[in-house]
Amino acid sequence: MKLRGLLFGIAAALAATTALAQQPVKIGMITTLSGPGGYLGQDIRDAFKLAIEMGGGKLGGVPVELVVEDDALKPGQGKQIAEKMLKTDGIKIMTGIVFSNVAGATVPDIVDAGALYVSPNAAPSNFAGKECNENYFVVSWQNDSLHESAGQHATNLGYKKAFILAPNYQAGKDALSGFKRLFKGEVVGEVYTRLDQTDFAAEMAQIRSANPDVVFQFHPGGLGIAFLRQYQQAGLLGKVPMVLAEPSLDATTLKAVGDAALGLSVTSHWNTDFDNASNKAFVEAWTKAYNRVPTYYASQGYDTALAIASALKATGGKTDVPALRKALSKADFQSVRGAFKFGTNQHPIQDWYALKVEKGADGTPVLTTAGKVLSNHGDAYAAQCKL
Amino acid sequence: MTLILEQLLNGLQFGVMLFLLAAGLTLIFGIMGVINLAHGSLYMVGAYAAAFAAAQTNSVLLAVLAGLAAAALLGMAMEVFVLRRLYARDHLDQVLATFALILIFNQSVTIVFGRQPLFVSVPPALNGSVELLPGLTYPVYRLIIIAAGLAVALGLYLLINRTRIGMLVRAGATHREMVRALGVDIRLLYTAVFGLGALLAGLAGLMAGPILAVQVGMGEQILIMTFVVVVIGGVGSIRGAFFGALLVGLVDTSLRAFLPGLLRQVMTGSEADALGAGLASMGIYMLMAVVLLVRPKGLFPANV
Repeated sequence: MKLRGLLFGIAAALAATTALAQQPVKIGMITTLSGPGGYLGQDIRDAFKLAIEMGGGKLGGVPVELVVEDDALKPGQGKQIAEKMLKTDGIKIMTGIVFSNVAGATVPDIVDAGALYVSPNAAPSNFAGKECNENYFVVSWQNDSLHESAGQHATNLGYKKAFILAPNYQAGKDALSGFKRLFKGEVVGEVYTRLDQTDFAAEMAQIRSANPDVVFQFHPGGLGIAFLRQYQQAGLLGKVPMVLAEPSLDATTLKAVGDAALGLSVTSHWNTDFDNASNKAFVEAWTKAYNRVPTYYASQGYDTALAIASALKATGGKTDVPALRKALSKADFQSVRGAFKFGTNQHPIQDWYALKVEKGADGTPVLTTAGKVLSNHGDAYAAQCKL
Repeated sequence: MTLILEQLLNGLQFGVMLFLLAAGLTLIFGIMGVINLAHGSLYMVGAYAAAFAAAQTNSVLLAVLAGLAAAALLGMAMEVFVLRRLYARDHLDQVLATFALILIFNQSVTIVFGRQPLFVSVPPALNGSVELLPGLTYPVYRLIIIAAGLAVALGLYLLINRTRIGMLVRAGATHREMVRALGVDIRLLYTAVFGLGALLAGLAGLMAGPILAVQVGMGEQILIMTFVVVVIGGVGSIRGAFFGALLVGLVDTSLRAFLPGLLRQVMTGSEADALGAGLASMGIYMLMAVVLLVRPKGLFPANV
């Protein structure tokens, strides 16, 4: 028994020294992999891995090792994982958080400890304004921008009376205020649903009695499936048009909603049919590797990997945070969404597009790009950020 | 006026769903004294089995049978292999074991079906709305849910109050030792009751499939509400579960539907909406607190 332990110790020591010789850069990914929101984190992780595989185990020519941990949508758990990654593993580059509440608890710890955080999804308003940080980058969007684009789109389509709904939590409130910021018409009803609510019959009745021109709702993931399904069953689909931002109708929920989604207007910063070389390479590699339609979460995971790759390439693999930061802020990579640059608060400045849900070649609904809604759009909080 | 009627129907439908879950939970707690946190998992399994069968065979009947059978069989297996060992232990051990079951079931379903929610369509014959009163149209499928739930409630009432099995169940809930002393095979009775509870949870799950998203974790979302119903109705009482469920369904739906509107009479729009949403989500818990204050054993306690 003793001997075996000794041999194991020697083997482990040998393994450690070979690892030391290659020295891959460790990248920490804290993301949500379990529970109803699990597929969001799964797509971000899979896309990030795909980018590493496409580089032959390297990002920007530098060997990397991705360390993935599940936060289970619990802010406390995210915080603990971050602490472990920072103190025990000495990781300097982190990414992955899907939900704003987890980000709210975890990101301050990471950036205050001098590590770099590159967000592939969540970007709550407070971190974009006064509490912006030089170590904090967002590759996806600022939360409000998603819904500002929907507000602008509803205005462009000429709707005058909107009924708006979102769950009663920070991202839901950001959603409604974002929509109202660029919607020029009148809001005839504003309803906050419960975050654990899955039956929206009461809200459907309220919508019908308010008789609006358009409905805007923000219900990400499974909530959105239930909402759209019940919207159809209540006979509102086809009667009252709906404008949505991308979190309420991604490729996965679209598959689950089925025909109930036909004719909806969606706004997005990315879609599978975007015509640029980077996107074509991504969609092709993704479909080959995973045999499913990539969600926009996947595109963000992939872009985040490309952004980190550009920074690692510039520093030659050194994890010197100020140098990485400087390289990252140049956004020297080909985003799958096309034009991309960072604003003064290190959040994206990008274009927003209108998508339509139509029947695809095989009869199942697909998202197709229908035109541009906003060009070079930043966020409303950049001015408050003093970087 | 039609809006109020429609919201009452919505509340009734929600209440009926809660009843199907609460009936099983309260039976299991009342008779075996087991707190079964994994009851929500049976709901999830029923929904998944029905969704899977519907996708494979396109038959509504087979989907219903698959959902019921899967939930009932799993429930009985759970009783035989896990819970039977825990009857003599205290509640903490039961909570730990059934919580472990939740994690195991959720992860197993993730492995088999993946994280992506499943799509279940409403049976074509039931897809649509009927005009109940002039100006009041209501989805047929939801009416079917209400009808099915009320039928189950009636069936359970007859089963418990008019049959020999029901007599044993009632006796088991109030005088467990005596039933055992009289030579009744209590182990078989326990397994049967557990299977029945699981069957009802499966029924709720398969009916919820076409309305909600069939996904991992769907059981835990509704389980908390179910516990509120059981506590309000009185632990172990089917009658309590029925009235408790309808009460919770109606109160919750009415608060969500009408409170923001009422508050908007006295304050500005966005404040009223935020406060109304907050109060509405607290509503049923406040109701529970009040009921416990006035009747600590619930509205219809089983052990009188």
